[in-house]
Amino acid sequence: MARAVSSRRKALVTVIAWTIGLAIFFPILWTAILSFKSEGNAIASPLTVLTTPFTLESYETVQERSNYFGHFWNSVVISLGSTLLALVIAIPAAWAMAFVPGRRTKDLLMWMLSTKMMPAVGVLVPIYLIFRDLGLLDTRTGLVVVLMLMNLPIVVWMLYTYFREIPGEILEAARMDGATLKDELIHVLTPMAVPGIASTLLLNIILAWNEAFWTLNLTAAKAAPLTAFIASYSSPEGLFYAKLSAASTLAIAPILILGWFSQKQLVRGLTFGAVK
Amino acid sequence: MGEIILKGVTKRFGEVEVIPPIDLHINDGEFVVFVGPSGCGKSTLLRLIAGLEDVSGGVVEIDGRNATEAAPAERGLAMVFQSYALYPHMTVKKNIAFPLKMAKLPPEEIEAKVQAAAKVLNLANYLDRRPGQLSGGQRQRVAIGRAIVRNPEAFLFDEPLSNLDAALRVNMRLEISELHQSLKTTMIYVTHDQVEAMTMADKIVVLQAGRIEQVGSPLELYRTPRNRFVAGFIGSPKMNFIEGAEAAKHGAHAIGIRPEHIKVSTSEGAWQGTVGVSEHLGSDTFLHVTTEYGVLNVRAGGEVDLHHGDTVFLSPDMAQLHRFDQQGWALT
Amino acid sequence: MSTQASRTAARLMISPAVLLLLGWMIIPLGMTLWFSLQRYNLLMPGMESFTGFDNYTYFLTDPAFGAAIFNTLALVLGVLTITTVGGLLLALLLDQPFWGQGVVRVLVIAPFFVMPTVSALVWKNMFMNPVNGVFAHLAKSVGLQPYDFLSQSPLASIVLIVSWQWLPFATLILLTALQSLDSEQLEAAEMDGAGPISRFVHVMLPHLARAITVVVLIQTIFLLSTFAEILVTTNGGPGTASTTLTYLVYIQSLLQYDVGTGAAGGIIAVILANIVAIFLMRMIGKNLEA
Repeated sequence: MARAVSSRRKALVTVIAWTIGLAIFFPILWTAILSFKSEGNAIASPLTVLTTPFTLESYETVQERSNYFGHFWNSVVISLGSTLLALVIAIPAAWAMAFVPGRRTKDLLMWMLSTKMMPAVGVLVPIYLIFRDLGLLDTRTGLVVVLMLMNLPIVVWMLYTYFREIPGEILEAARMDGATLKDELIHVLTPMAVPGIASTLLLNIILAWNEAFWTLNLTAAKAAPLTAFIASYSSPEGLFYAKLSAASTLAIAPILILGWFSQKQLVRGLTFGAVK
Repeated sequence: MGEIILKGVTKRFGEVEVIPPIDLHINDGEFVVFVGPSGCGKSTLLRLIAGLEDVSGGVVEIDGRNATEAAPAERGLAMVFQSYALYPHMTVKKNIAFPLKMAKLPPEEIEAKVQAAAKVLNLANYLDRRPGQLSGGQRQRVAIGRAIVRNPEAFLFDEPLSNLDAALRVNMRLEISELHQSLKTTMIYVTHDQVEAMTMADKIVVLQAGRIEQVGSPLELYRTPRNRFVAGFIGSPKMNFIEGAEAAKHGAHAIGIRPEHIKVSTSEGAWQGTVGVSEHLGSDTFLHVTTEYGVLNVRAGGEVDLHHGDTVFLSPDMAQLHRFDQQGWALT
Repeated sequence: MSTQASRTAARLMISPAVLLLLGWMIIPLGMTLWFSLQRYNLLMPGMESFTGFDNYTYFLTDPAFGAAIFNTLALVLGVLTITTVGGLLLALLLDQPFWGQGVVRVLVIAPFFVMPTVSALVWKNMFMNPVNGVFAHLAKSVGLQPYDFLSQSPLASIVLIVSWQWLPFATLILLTALQSLDSEQLEAAEMDGAGPISRFVHVMLPHLARAITVVVLIQTIFLLSTFAEILVTTNGGPGTASTTLTYLVYIQSLLQYDVGTGAAGGIIAVILANIVAIFLMRMIGKNLEA
């Protein structure tokens, strides 16, 4: 729609949009700013804070006192591990649903989605007890399994919507060309679906990275990812704004960057292909 | 050798019988065209032969073997799809090599066969491109190349030209015909275009609603259609049909006469009419003449100077008249 | 449109996912159901005994239960209203041409990627803290008494925090949907004499219906299980002022070690969620048909 917009109107919209945008972003920005201040300066009134000198001391303390990188590594292992595991299980399932649809495929997809609606708290106790008995409490393996199961329906759904856009004739051609099912999946479907698989991967890493029910309830210290690590700051002693800010900035920065890259896929993924 | 025999082959989707029992014999080296209006089951029949669908009943024999239960890859057939179905993530070379790779041939042999196929199909300069970078005709050739390298018992073509523009379609038609001349391999070709069927086939199978209406060479179908459906489907422009008293004069429920078998005169003839639309093609002139039997299509010479509103007289060539009974069967 | 062989393969390929999810659903749920009929306290091992529906009676008659139901509904509905309406307005704004669209879009989306524990802590300490928070400083600078958000209106504060996290999601989806609207439709409506408001009501809103449905559905799934924000900010208090159903079950089972009552609460939460789910699935089922 090429239409001349009066520049006064455009300027007005620009001012309003930027004001709202910055207001929404402000808590993150403020956290980032405080993380570079000393504890004494961080609690000063906002305008004063801005004039105080920058320092990296909070970042140093956070790593020294609480092994930030250990928790960071836990987050990486748990989110990446659970997502990759879910992909391995979901790719064949999504293939079947997209290319060999049966009468019950739609119901099956709906049922999978419905497992996401089961409140986690309803099964918290049994999972807790099973994990206790299997020695999985506070282990990364345990969290990988739980988060894989949590996200499996979303992974299947996302892959299903991506696979459905691949013409079935190409897979039939592969079958005519003598490809076995394994060849078909590995040499034809997966390479063709790389963009879809990549966005599924990205979105689920984000979801797993930020998951804060199971990670809080099933870990104590050893396997605690960043969500649980940050929560340990909720009962503070004394001055701690700067350190909390530093830890928070470190926890959200990587995923914020990943997230900005995956904006478009995010919509499609989280709406199960309903909005593109 | 690519002899394919269907014995009582049936296909049902649930309760719906899309293909009633069909018997068909395709000889080795024959170019057979399945033709019919869309939804007539021609593609389904091809997919049954390919093994992409299970038959609900009957036997598919390929080269003397019962292949009814065989997987697509085990049937020794190659297929060219309507959408070409090229692998978009592979280069032309890898596309053509894929069936050979799946057959686990040694790399040198694959390379040699791919080069040979590329030469035949004029693709030698495009081997490192991806399908997305090729024109429609080139994609078509890659799809054919992928089929050729396997030395199949038979080629299956599923409306391969329908995505090409008119000019290219004529070219590819020729190329496929030439390919058949040089390979002498059985080809089964599905199309809804009777021109493609007439120009390419050794044997045409006309299908309607899953049934075989007639099997025969192009000229057999043109000269002696078994029923009204075949008579109307084969030939362009379409045969004219007249029912009622005029047909009764010839002892039939309906008579049919092709546009090219009607003589036009401005002075005298059997039927009088008025020219509605006249299409001057240069080589021919197609006249749509309104008569008391309805609008008749007439093919006249290129130089005929007739226009809208002119009164003309039409005389059918009695030797070329087709007569049909109440059920639409041809009377002889 | 397939062969027997491929259908068999399909069943085989789909079964790991189905079996895993089935196990994930049935085993723990079965255990929860079993526990809910037991007297079972982690502090008194070996004292387990069958008590029938006592746990349910206890849980349902607990005054905290009514409060939790109310709080859950208030939280979900409050956040849904704020994010859907706010998201719609914001999407309409961001759909206008202005300088720096890409950057503002990125700023607006950012909160969605912040993990719940971080956003809760940042809001609790840096903004809502009555002594050192930004809001307190602002109040003092204009001569007002700082307001202690989390003790004075804990639930509303949590709604605010959660809305901040989910507003980007609603905005992003509605904006995407808005941008997929064929501009010729709007121009046709304009040619037909429709003003801005009737264009919005008769053209845009129907086009957005599907996206709004999806926003409501997905958010409801996630909002019903809001947990970290409560744990980190108020611990459900003061009293039960910000205790949701999820949080109440958590308190019963993992803080008071009363597995039996916790399990009964869990089953009740599952039943309530299913009622919501059936309703929502109908909606999404219809909307996802295309």
